[in-house]
Amino acid sequence: MLEKVIKQKLVVIGNGMAGIRTIETLLERAPDLYDITVFGSEPYGNYNRILLSPVLAGEKTVDDIMLNTVQWYDDNDITLRKGETVTMIDRRTCEIVTEAGERLPYDRLLIATGSNPIKLPLPGKDLPGVIGFRDIYDVERMVEASTSHRNAVVIGGGLLGLEAANGLMKRGMNVTVVHLLDTLMERQLDPVAGGLLRKSLEERGMVFRMPAQTQAILGEDRVTGVRFGDGSELAADLVVMAVGIRPNFELARKAGLHCERGIVVSDTMQTYDGRIYAVGECVQHRRQTYGLVAPLFDQAKVCANHLAMKGFATYDGSVVSTKLKVTGIDLFSAGDFAPGPDKEEIVLQDANRGVYKRIILRDKKIVGAVLYGDTIDGPWYFQHLRDGTDVSAMRERLVFGAANLGDGGHAGQNSVAAMSDATEICGCNGVCKGTIVKAISEKKLFTLDDVRAHTKASSSCGSCTGLVEQVLAFTLGGDYSTAPKVKPLCKCTDHSHDDVRRVIVEQNLKTIPDVMRFMDWKTDNGCHSCRPALNYYLLATWPGEYRDDQQSRYINERVHANIQKDGTYSVVPRMWGGVTTSNELRAIADVADKFNIPTVKVTGGQRIDLLGVKKEDLPAVWADLNEAGMVSGHAYAKGLRTVKTCVGSEWCRFGTQDSTGLGVRIEKFMWGSWTPAKVKLAVSGCPRNCAEATCKDVGVICVDSGYEIHFAGAAGLHIKGTEFLAKVATEDETLEVIAAVTQLYREQGWYLERMYKWCDRVGLDAIRRQVVEDVANRKALFERFACSQQFSQSDPWAERARRGVGRNEFAPMAELELA
Amino acid sequence: MTGWIEIGALNDIPRLGSRVVRTASGDIAVFRSADDDVFALDDRCPHKGGPLSQGIVHNKRVTCPLHNFVIDLASGEAVAPDTGCTRVHPTRVENGMVWLSLRQANPAS
Repeated sequence: MLEKVIKQKLVVIGNGMAGIRTIETLLERAPDLYDITVFGSEPYGNYNRILLSPVLAGEKTVDDIMLNTVQWYDDNDITLRKGETVTMIDRRTCEIVTEAGERLPYDRLLIATGSNPIKLPLPGKDLPGVIGFRDIYDVERMVEASTSHRNAVVIGGGLLGLEAANGLMKRGMNVTVVHLLDTLMERQLDPVAGGLLRKSLEERGMVFRMPAQTQAILGEDRVTGVRFGDGSELAADLVVMAVGIRPNFELARKAGLHCERGIVVSDTMQTYDGRIYAVGECVQHRRQTYGLVAPLFDQAKVCANHLAMKGFATYDGSVVSTKLKVTGIDLFSAGDFAPGPDKEEIVLQDANRGVYKRIILRDKKIVGAVLYGDTIDGPWYFQHLRDGTDVSAMRERLVFGAANLGDGGHAGQNSVAAMSDATEICGCNGVCKGTIVKAISEKKLFTLDDVRAHTKASSSCGSCTGLVEQVLAFTLGGDYSTAPKVKPLCKCTDHSHDDVRRVIVEQNLKTIPDVMRFMDWKTDNGCHSCRPALNYYLLATWPGEYRDDQQSRYINERVHANIQKDGTYSVVPRMWGGVTTSNELRAIADVADKFNIPTVKVTGGQRIDLLGVKKEDLPAVWADLNEAGMVSGHAYAKGLRTVKTCVGSEWCRFGTQDSTGLGVRIEKFMWGSWTPAKVKLAVSGCPRNCAEATCKDVGVICVDSGYEIHFAGAAGLHIKGTEFLAKVATEDETLEVIAAVTQLYREQGWYLERMYKWCDRVGLDAIRRQVVEDVANRKALFERFACSQQFSQSDPWAERARRGVGRNEFAPMAELELA
Repeated sequence: MTGWIEIGALNDIPRLGSRVVRTASGDIAVFRSADDDVFALDDRCPHKGGPLSQGIVHNKRVTCPLHNFVIDLASGEAVAPDTGCTRVHPTRVENGMVWLSLRQANPAS
């Protein structure tokens, strides 16, 4: 057999974080596709370059920051050629040429040459004692200098320069920072925050000379000082140049690849030569270059996807956030904060507390944030920034952070630092701050998922997620946290809900195994999180065509009843618009007697709940209820639940319209539909709003002149009044708008994402545009909803009670006498 | 341990699903994996006694429907970091029929 296919050759130039992350991801996706050779000019494996500062400061060792040891390359059959430099790429013959003149062919080439520190063209720049701050070698030289010398000058008051200065100071040197401009870290900070930072660094003993231009580095055999533009001089036995980095693309440029400020790459991380990819600090993507780690990882993921010949991921650029790694200084910046005519600012400044917050808005969205002193909400602002959330609704309280915005259950606690260890963080699972802190430190946890798994905090309702993240940040201190740009659907995949929905449509995927195969699921058949999500997405995408996978349904939806803590079930028949009859009530009473149902309770959605029904009795209970004309109330479903109504104009002296009749009509049209999460409706007959329509997923308030349609309310974990969607004149239009907004939610919502969360995410304006203003689009949405309803309006109870669907589900497989 | 008892056809259990076998000393949940392995466990989650037979089956594990404890079907152990264990009963499949041998409660416990 011709079993042994010759593998393609992948050559990687550069042994840094970006290149190796790409290879790691590629190996997960397609372990056997390539013969891989990696060239690295440094004599090490791959290490975490952003943690060089803690190494310099003596807080970490070189071993602590190693990501991939030489052994790792061996284990993965990767040829590592460390300490070797590639000097030429011969694109004609598809070969690279090493310093020693060796030629090595490639099928695919990955350039990850990173960047070089900028060395200012000053007289004396090559004197011994003048160094950059870029690699382990530089750090070793700085540490060595600190043992025998006293005075250091750091040129550059940016992130890198300040971290270097802090490290040298911790090593016992006198450090002066020279900066060309009058604001420290001007790329990340505005002048006010820069000033606060300068003040607290000065309190620690750092000296600043700014604005100041360095004119020359002095010395004969070794550096002795620096001279400034104004002629003054400063003695120094060590000069660190940390004025910035420059993408290292010389090799690519010589090979004729298009370069500007970096190697220009497409959204698929390809250079102008399709066989050659590039990632990391050496690339320029959509006019941007990046010097922080999170974007490199995003790029690596996309590049690996294409190298693995999957070909559907795209890189859309990254928004980056910065945290200064100087212990004890809280500083956070993200996005674009340069002032501009189209931008607005919200500023909070409290000099006594040393707190400064500046949030920059454009078009109702956060585009930048600078926080100093109190950075606990940094990740929260950053999340909204990346999501492009419309923040106009919370604008008044925005600057006070996440804790001020209406979450139930945490009584305005927002500073975890001030909490005692006994403070309960997770109300669902009874987890206190102390328990979380202990788990983080003892079990070396780094991510929210770790904390969830080990402590159960934030693993149920999730409303304490922000607090848990804060405890993490507080306990771990200054180490970087790269919240993934997109949240993966679950641990079985790296892909987000949106990616999955998009790929299902683009690739015409029709079954759960097809999706998992195509999108490289990491587990054989998913888990309890992703299977129900995929089942919903396929059902919503291919109505009438997709065959519902019962084994991917949560138990409640599989058996059309709600499981209770003792393993029995509850049964809620539908009462259209909350209206019932004496016959229905009699049938319910009879069922309760006949099956010894222990509890009969009125629900919040205007219906009756029969609790404590044994599973094997369910089909018989349903048969009796069906007999009296009742069907499933879908009280268990991620789907349409209830339409609550008041009595309206038929009886009420204030009623303006027939709210009960409209509610019944809406429910009859919409029942049976599956949605990302539960959907509850209400119709009130006048603005007194007795049906409490303004805290529902969709609510209608009848007025004399027509119908006001509201949506995206909530009264559970979060309390949130609805948003106004539209006012219409007729019942027909009301039905059309409600069905249209529900359909849009069905098409865009993430599984388990309630309508108000979806609205927060995609924005009120965008929804109004598609549902209200664009009438043709509204009609199309309505049609799609109506079309899918053809396939969903079959009473699941009747199917099971009378037509034998899922018979095995309700009967034991065997009954054994013994034991 | 009892002798082997035939409890029904493999095809009566859905793939990635389960069925219940009633016994005088409690329900047994019988699971079938994607590749037709069969496992039997006491139908009680070690956490709060939830009926494991009602959970979602994935990768030879089941997730309890009450609080999402994940139990390994072969060993009955909760998957780390959760802890706890559910009793496992031996099974075998012959000619499309499933056989079960019940392990009795340990008299010491």
